[in-house]
Amino acid sequence: MAIAIILVLILVISIIFHFSGPWVLPELASNWKDIDLTIGITLALTGIVFIAVILFTAYAVYRFRYRPDRQASYEPENRKLELWLSGATTVGIVAMLAPGLVVYSDVVTVPEEALEVEVLAKQWTWGFRFPGDDGVLGRAGVSFISGSNPFGLDPKDPAGQDDRLINANQFTLPVDRPVLVKLRSIDVLHDFYIPQIRNKMDAVPGIVSSLWFTPTRIGQFEILCAEYCGVGHYNMRGGLEVASTESFDTWLASQPTFAQSQKVAVTGLSPAAQRGESLAQSQGCLACHGFDNSPLGPSWKGIYGREELMASGERLTVDEAYLAESIRQPAARIVDGYGNVMPPYDLDDNQIADLIAYMREAGGTSSEAVPFGDAAEDLGDSRSHAENSAPETSAQSATSDGATLASSKGCLACHSTGREAMVGPAWGGLAGSERTLVSGETVVADAAYLRRAIVAPSEEIVEGYPPVMPVVPLTAQEVDTLVEYMMSLGGNDEQ
Amino acid sequence: MSSETTQGAGILAANDAQADHHGHDAPLGFWQRYIFSQDHKTIAIQYMLTAIAVGLVALALSVVMRLQLGFPDHFNFIDPSEYYQAVTMHGMIMVVYLLTALFLGGFGNYLIPLMVGARDMVFPYLNMLSFWFYFLSVVVLMASFFVTGGPSGAGWTLYPPQSILPGTPGVDGGIILMLVSLAIFIAAATMGGLNYVTTVLQARTQGMTLMRMPLSVWGIFTATIMALLAFPALFVSAVMMLFDKLLGTSFFMPEIVSLGQSLDYGGGSPVLFQHLFWFFGHPEVYIVALPAFGIVSDLISIHARKNIFGYRQMVWAILVIGGLSFIVWAHHMYVSGMNPYFGFFFAASTLIIAVPTAIKVYNWVLTLWRGNIRLNIPMLFCLAFILTFVFGGMTGLFLGNVVVDLPLSDTYFVVAHFHMVMGVAPILVIFAALYHWFPKVTGRMMNETLGKLHFWLTFLGTWAIYFPMHYLGVLGMPRRYYAYENYDFIPPEAVTLNAFITVMALVVAAAQLLFLFNMGWSAWRGRPSGDNPWQATSLEWCTPKTPPGHGNWGPELPVVHRWAYDYSVPGAPKDYLLQTDDWEAGAQTQQQAEGEAKS
Repeated sequence: MAIAIILVLILVISIIFHFSGPWVLPELASNWKDIDLTIGITLALTGIVFIAVILFTAYAVYRFRYRPDRQASYEPENRKLELWLSGATTVGIVAMLAPGLVVYSDVVTVPEEALEVEVLAKQWTWGFRFPGDDGVLGRAGVSFISGSNPFGLDPKDPAGQDDRLINANQFTLPVDRPVLVKLRSIDVLHDFYIPQIRNKMDAVPGIVSSLWFTPTRIGQFEILCAEYCGVGHYNMRGGLEVASTESFDTWLASQPTFAQSQKVAVTGLSPAAQRGESLAQSQGCLACHGFDNSPLGPSWKGIYGREELMASGERLTVDEAYLAESIRQPAARIVDGYGNVMPPYDLDDNQIADLIAYMREAGGTSSEAVPFGDAAEDLGDSRSHAENSAPETSAQSATSDGATLASSKGCLACHSTGREAMVGPAWGGLAGSERTLVSGETVVADAAYLRRAIVAPSEEIVEGYPPVMPVVPLTAQEVDTLVEYMMSLGGNDEQ
Repeated sequence: MSSETTQGAGILAANDAQADHHGHDAPLGFWQRYIFSQDHKTIAIQYMLTAIAVGLVALALSVVMRLQLGFPDHFNFIDPSEYYQAVTMHGMIMVVYLLTALFLGGFGNYLIPLMVGARDMVFPYLNMLSFWFYFLSVVVLMASFFVTGGPSGAGWTLYPPQSILPGTPGVDGGIILMLVSLAIFIAAATMGGLNYVTTVLQARTQGMTLMRMPLSVWGIFTATIMALLAFPALFVSAVMMLFDKLLGTSFFMPEIVSLGQSLDYGGGSPVLFQHLFWFFGHPEVYIVALPAFGIVSDLISIHARKNIFGYRQMVWAILVIGGLSFIVWAHHMYVSGMNPYFGFFFAASTLIIAVPTAIKVYNWVLTLWRGNIRLNIPMLFCLAFILTFVFGGMTGLFLGNVVVDLPLSDTYFVVAHFHMVMGVAPILVIFAALYHWFPKVTGRMMNETLGKLHFWLTFLGTWAIYFPMHYLGVLGMPRRYYAYENYDFIPPEAVTLNAFITVMALVVAAAQLLFLFNMGWSAWRGRPSGDNPWQATSLEWCTPKTPPGHGNWGPELPVVHRWAYDYSVPGAPKDYLLQTDDWEAGAQTQQQAEGEAKS
């Protein structure tokens, strides 16, 4: 008896709840109003059937509740009723399925005039690529990815040279023009999801998936990742600005092309050097050593034949023997100004020879190089900062740049600028504080440590955090800006 | 214990041979009786207790998740890694180690021989092995809580490449133990499954035709066949992923730059895994649902004192659902990047499956119509099941229709939907079944007052959790998020709602302790139930002893004269006729049975 009343009450309260809150789809900002329509049809039909079935159940429970003097009827089958109900259900199903499939055929039919844009997803940031004047996106592949080529464009494909690259979480699209989004991932599954657009699609490594929509409303929209992609998933956010065609054109023209981003084109490498190049990429050498920007290890630009001052005070000329030793036993002789942070690499003689060939051919000869690269000076600078424990100057200007950079490079997916720990340590109060590493050692988070943590994140991990931070391709200047920004967030109160 | 059981005569001969074996009540030692038992009833109880124990772990993990979601800034001990580990283990345990094990290993084991009139499963030794393999799989899974890096945090779907790459918690040992545990579980389910199918096909007693079997047996039987066909897909994908992880193969791994490191993989397909996973995963939904359908059909009929409406249609609906469920798997993958044209086919097949499912619902409520409904605890749970399942089924029509799925996919709408339809609904049936068959297992009734309290808290609590949760999905909140801070499109009401859901989840979780207490207390102190407290017709209530002894039946196997649904037959002396009752022929089978029961 009570159950019959409760069933009806549940229905009533649920219906009130349905109409009382802000429980509606986010305001539509694309052409997919037909998707909303199919949702409406489904809601109406299923709602009616649900209410009818539950009211019938509640009434039956009330009307035929147990009485000792009652005998239930005996009716094993009723073919007519069964057929009628099956038929009505089939009609209802068709009424939902048919419009759904019609709209879906629109979803899978891409308009010819659609603007192509590539969305590149990786843990836990977004990147965007527009075709250049040729209207064609150049060939790309994971194997081409390097610090200076984060999108992995094929340097030999002429169609890719004029592609415009946005290596940040925010991009712009023109209003009222169909857009074909081509999705690529370089690591795991992701999903390009903007609630106001309705359509969504996974980015799958190894294939290119796609979806299309027409933005219909000027404004700023949040991009979310909707396919679980590891601990940073919940903060893998980006932004889409839908703008007028003119603003979009201006914005796009200000983005660098692939060719511009590859100013230092490395060409004409011998086969050995090419093998060395891919080895340098796969072993992660280029995370610390670069040809232009080389913040953590000595620059490879002109390294061969260069005279270097060792930490021991010894001076030597870099040759095959020294390079091989530095790869296999990095701690043996360290160039002055650099930390003992490089792990030993167990490579065979051929691989060492390939690497040296690559350093020689890509880095040029010693005549172009300065004994102490920019990087060493940078490191020295920040160390002196660290000794003073807090930055006294230029903190203000670094703060805003640093905040922008931290957000656009995806740092904030895992680090908060406040004090709550997320995937990675919070930045608020970090600088200057003392932290325990997984190795058991303690470290003061000074500028030098922060720099090492950015450039070689897997080397000194703070206890309690997973070893998941990627090597983010940054220029030395960007690293400086970030370190300064983090220093500005530090609190002396945390000592 | 002969295996020559191929023909009807052979069956009886075999059963008699079993009678010889089971009949002499040579006292078995403690180990053989309670631990390495080959009696299907003991094995069933072992399965159930293990499943309930591991289910409690999963319940605790859901509390961890809800605390984080409801009160994101208050529980600093839950970090993202732990949150995702809780999500993963909760899902995997609930779907595989609780629901599948409980329905097939628990109810299947207990009910099949008793309901079809067999002395035991056809292969009792294999049956014992099945349980111990299951137990081992649980131990291996639980071990992952204690290895470096903890259990896998890959989400219960374990999608590669993420599940075996850094960036996901538990990639060191957790994922390996998870995959090994699944492989062991599948071995267990296969041993059990072959047994259940063979027993239903070969060991039915005289007169128990297929179309006289209770729907519980039909549901479990069909689900078992599906499990035998579907689990191999999970098995191979687990083995392939282990190879990818340990041996460096690339079944599911394309070229990847993971967290700045270029990996040695190349050429594999992550979508291939999803196809394999859901080829298992969708039938899995019905592996859980069909036994629930069957059991709820029987319980509604028994407690409404009325025959199940449209029995033959119900049997065909079970078989059609079982068959169709193998061609709908890709509706889990509409936005996976598979060929988008597959969407047309899978949307159509998915919505077609709604027709036989709807027929089952109609037949349940039409069974109530003109019944004489006893609102005892099993019936209350059945009514709660109808509400929950119908709602979950309706939201399934949203997600199955490809274009409607696009905005809702990967949001809380999905979470709410599958919890309603394959979480709460089957569990309500499990509760109904436990309250219903508890007297058969223990000879005692469960406490009614505690039972009602448990029912109302569970029923209203789960509705309060999952009904509003759909609307979080409508708002666009994506699932598997550790926190939802600073998203502009999420209104503040959603935060309040999340906190409310958490409070309700705590209430429901606490209510389950009430149930456990009731079960433990009633097993020793409950009111004695007698042989057939519910006045039910099916064979398990005709055993000479309650609880049934080793070998189930006395010297003679029961002989079946009618289907299991003769309630309120016009002109009959009582409002129910046991399946062994040969009332039309004026035979006295029933009195005999009662006489035996007293002796």
